[in-house]
Amino acid sequence: MYEIAKENIDIQSVIDKVVQREAGAITTFIGTVRELTKGKKTLFLVYEAYESMAVKKLEQIGTEIKERWEGAEVAITHRVGRLDITDIAVVIAVSTPHRADAYEANRYAIERIKEIVPIWKKEHWEDGQEWIGNQLETVSYPTGKPEEGDLNE
Amino acid sequence: MNKILFFAHLRDEVGEESVQLEVAGKTVAEVKAIVAEQYKVAKLDTAMTAINEEFAPNEEVIQDGDVIALIPPVSGG
Repeated sequence: MYEIAKENIDIQSVIDKVVQREAGAITTFIGTVRELTKGKKTLFLVYEAYESMAVKKLEQIGTEIKERWEGAEVAITHRVGRLDITDIAVVIAVSTPHRADAYEANRYAIERIKEIVPIWKKEHWEDGQEWIGNQLETVSYPTGKPEEGDLNE
Repeated sequence: MNKILFFAHLRDEVGEESVQLEVAGKTVAEVKAIVAEQYKVAKLDTAMTAINEEFAPNEEVIQDGDVIALIPPVSGG
């Protein structure tokens, strides 16, 4: 249900993992590589993961979702390696008995990925390249870890 | 002995994916200080730390054989 992929992600195969008879809704989030960020043109991205831990953290996000939204099923695949503009970086599928939960839980999953899953992107521009921390470095971790609530359950 | 893993800009700065250091008995904060000193890396104060693939606070004490990962702010998604 939780994977780091080195090749193109097949969207339908992620969706298929959350199909269940109890579900009334499946939401799918597809994260793609954007060309312009604040006017700066990206040529391509390279994603890198601490793969074994990243899979564990994706599983943790799934567990958190199932605790918060009853009856939810979750599948997440995140790509690593070189990605060109418009390529798919992440696919999240969530199924729940009712649609409101499927939307909310899916949003929760992508926000949590950006907080706790050890995956990094390196932006390549015409005039250089840089590993991106959290955008604008607005978040730091003075205690050396995500704050209360970001840790296990 | 302990394996220390580096990722993203930290790996670029250190020039290695991992190194072996004897840091059993030291805290996470002490390990960060040692790494910053030995490998001349900046920005370690914003890095998170994982011990054996689980986030660990600065006060946690390293055991022999623990795998320590220094994790810069993440940017997946």
